[in-house]
Amino acid sequence: MAMNRIGVFICHCGRNIAGTVDVKRVAEEIGKREDVVLSTTYIFMCSEPGQKLIEESIKKYNLDGVVVANCSPTLHEKTMRNAAARGGLNPYRVEIANIREWAAWPHEDNPEAATRKAIRIINATIEKLKANASLEPIEVPVTRRALVIGGGVAGIQAALDLADAGIETILVEKEPSIGGNMFRLSETFPTLDCPQCILTPKMNDVAQHPNIKLYAYSEVESVEGYMGNFKVRIKKKSTFVDWDKCTGCGECLRVCPISVKSEYDLGMGERKAIYIVNEQAVPLKALIDENSCIRLQFEKKVREGKIKPKKAVKICSKCADVCEPNAIHFKNNEEIVEEEVGAIVVATGYEVMPAEAFPELGGKYPDVLTALQFERLLAPSGPTAGIPRRPSDGKVPESIAFIHCVGSRDPQNGVPYCSRICCMYTIKQAMLVKHALPKTAVYDFYIDIRSNGKGYEEFYHRAKEEYGVNFIRGKVSKVYKVGDKYRVQGVDTLTGRIIEVDVDMVILATAAKGSTGVKELAKKLRIPYDEWGWLKETHLKLRPLETPVGGVFIAGAAQFVKDITDSVSQGSGAAAKAMTLLSRPQLEKEPLLAKVDTEICAGCGRCKDQCAYGAISIDPVRHVAVVNEALCEGCGACSANCPTTAIQVVNFKKGQIIRAVDVLAEVF
Amino acid sequence: MKYTIKKDPHEDERVQEIIEISGQNIFSCYQCGRCSSGCPMAEFMDILPNQVFMYLQEGDVDTLLKAKTPWICAACFTCTVRCPVGLDLAAVMEAIRELQLRKNYDFVDPYKVEERDILPPIALVSNFRKFTP
Ligand SMILES: Cc1cc2nc3c(=O)[nH]c(=O)nc-3n(C[C@H](O)[C@H](O)[C@H](O)COP(=O)(O)OP(=O)(O)OC[C@H]3O[C@@H](n4cnc5c(N)ncnc54)[C@H](O)[C@@H]3O)c2cc1C
Ligand code: SF4
Ligand code: SF4
Ligand code: SF4
Ligand code: SF4
Repeated sequence: MAMNRIGVFICHCGRNIAGTVDVKRVAEEIGKREDVVLSTTYIFMCSEPGQKLIEESIKKYNLDGVVVANCSPTLHEKTMRNAAARGGLNPYRVEIANIREWAAWPHEDNPEAATRKAIRIINATIEKLKANASLEPIEVPVTRRALVIGGGVAGIQAALDLADAGIETILVEKEPSIGGNMFRLSETFPTLDCPQCILTPKMNDVAQHPNIKLYAYSEVESVEGYMGNFKVRIKKKSTFVDWDKCTGCGECLRVCPISVKSEYDLGMGERKAIYIVNEQAVPLKALIDENSCIRLQFEKKVREGKIKPKKAVKICSKCADVCEPNAIHFKNNEEIVEEEVGAIVVATGYEVMPAEAFPELGGKYPDVLTALQFERLLAPSGPTAGIPRRPSDGKVPESIAFIHCVGSRDPQNGVPYCSRICCMYTIKQAMLVKHALPKTAVYDFYIDIRSNGKGYEEFYHRAKEEYGVNFIRGKVSKVYKVGDKYRVQGVDTLTGRIIEVDVDMVILATAAKGSTGVKELAKKLRIPYDEWGWLKETHLKLRPLETPVGGVFIAGAAQFVKDITDSVSQGSGAAAKAMTLLSRPQLEKEPLLAKVDTEICAGCGRCKDQCAYGAISIDPVRHVAVVNEALCEGCGACSANCPTTAIQVVNFKKGQIIRAVDVLAEVF
Repeated sequence: MKYTIKKDPHEDERVQEIIEISGQNIFSCYQCGRCSSGCPMAEFMDILPNQVFMYLQEGDVDTLLKAKTPWICAACFTCTVRCPVGLDLAAVMEAIRELQLRKNYDFVDPYKVEERDILPPIALVSNFRKFTP
């Protein structure tokens, strides 16, 4: 059974390996082994002739195992396995001995040691290889449907692309309307497009697409399953209105007597207790906010026994009275629906730190706002019809200060990173103020202007040269009230002096973070995230849209704050990734997974507790661990924790590893 | 050192005057510093050429009128050639001098220049050019 016709191929990697390691001597040394029938070297094993050499040698020498000694297996393990398969050898009978990163590179100064270490690494690899089993890939079926979580511009783009490719797509948005933060914006840098004008066509496409099922005002409850086969439970939150009947006419909003601060306007405007997010909302449906509707509040108190009305009281039903289609029923209509999908795109976006988090910058004053709030005051559709006014007294400001990097680039008081979009939107807002109020003085306090996008630096220069914006280099440290004005105390680091200016409003470019609740969602999906709530990609450069969980992709600002251009690109990119997965009739999976020896398994469940992928369950009847092959990623956490060695990862069995370690640990 | 901005520097009359005399939009300077790093006279100046632009952008003409820099500027045009946004710095320096000179104050009385006979004539000419109206 054990292999005894092994072929060893030692790569020069140009001079990367051969410049340090004496490859000829390594080949001779390894060739002395009884189980090795071929030991040879080649200049580039990954090249086509290199691969051909493996293919042909397998046939010519009837090899039963192959070791390629070259670079890290993350680079060329697949290449070599495929070459072996073409030569007729089971690809899992190929192992990589990494003599470049482990021997040649770290010991450049000592070729003799590098050569001996290379020999040792190859010998150890042969020991591991000899107990490798031939394996076949595991086939998993695929549900040809997709789920997109988050209906901002990134999620919208992903959903539309998937739907256009003929894939039934479910879009879940936690707010009553899709559109995300982009829908809040006034105009967009660097083109000064109106965001509503360019986004509403896409939003309407979502509403009308035969392949898209939109769950607005909904959240993902739980996710089960694995790549190609997820089961998702979605909670449709209570709206107290029958959306099948509601025509979005808006009659109810006009009669409702209760006004509260609007979430969409970030407190800059008001809405009624029954409301439609905005005139262009998708879906255009009314819903009642339980916490502000007097009727629902009353009913709740009665239910809880806090009020005991003596006789039947007539409480407000003004909205229902005017609703022609009789859509308003005041009944809790929360509902859980289940959907099966094969791939998931997470596009939950970002949010910004509140002004209140920066009391030293006057965050508690009514006229000191976050930039996102200020977008609403600049938006033609916003509460001030695009002419900024002070929230405190409605006065049109004669001077405004903008402060960059508030909480950003500040690990002591906020976040360590640059929030990336704020330089550009601050410049944009400064320009828009000048559009709306040419006489208003605008001061822009910055540390650096980071304008690294197509057309961005030019945009900045336009603000400087044509718009009359005053740029001052240095971060503001203090904002306080002096009479009717706010005194901004900054510094000009270029001339080296403190700068003081009194203004009517202060706008803070506060740091961006991942959306509220994204960490809980990430836990349900088992995908990683960082301390700021950004979802983690598999590889920042090469796999930016993928997560370690097969079939779950990320897009847009959910990964890290970015502008609209990049969010849309990532939305399309993640959709393409999902399509690649869903276009296959079956999924193939690496068979390097955990297997349980039921003879020795004691059913203690330690492995189950260790598995990050939820792949292990304990069979209640036989009382042994069972591995779900579709979920198992072959990480080996279970095996390291099994007290009886019952659970092991195929081709990484304990005996194999120990024999390899024995070779490596011999006295040098 | 503290400076209080009292009104929008864009609206400051003297800044406007300097823009008018020099024909340069001083607000387009984005403080790269290239003018100063290449200026052969910079080491003798009290305010660097790029800082001159910062003072102007903050409306602080007073400081510039008191400064030596505009008078030390040799108008060699090294900065003008190198400025990435195409500002003619020498013209701006000249405008600042002009602002001072337009006050019609004689800084030099030719009759009191003692070395009158030994100085090269060009020195006297440039002296009058810069220090008298
Ligand atoms: C002040 C300001 C001005 C800006 N100006 C510009 C500009 O001029 N030009 C430009 O290119 N960019 C601008 N941006 C950036 C722009 O807002 C983003 O690029 C864009 O909104 C990112 O889109 P997104 O879909 O990734 O995220 P978002 O717009 O944040 O959308 C995320 C969506 O997911 C939903 N969601 C969140 N969590 C969940 C959950 N758990 N379940 C279901 N749904 C969820 C949210 O409700 C939201 O609808 C600006 C940003 C700010 C702060
Ligand atoms: S009145 Fe009725 S139909 Fe019209 S928006 Fe309100 S709930 Fe919908
Ligand atoms: S983008 Fe600009 S304002 Fe925002 S954190 Fe980075 S440097 Fe600061
Ligand atoms: S840890 Fe080992 S013994 Fe315990 S249940 Fe898992 S496989 Fe069985
Ligand atoms: S070279 Fe031009 S842009 Fe750069 S600091 Fe000097 S004047 Fe400003």
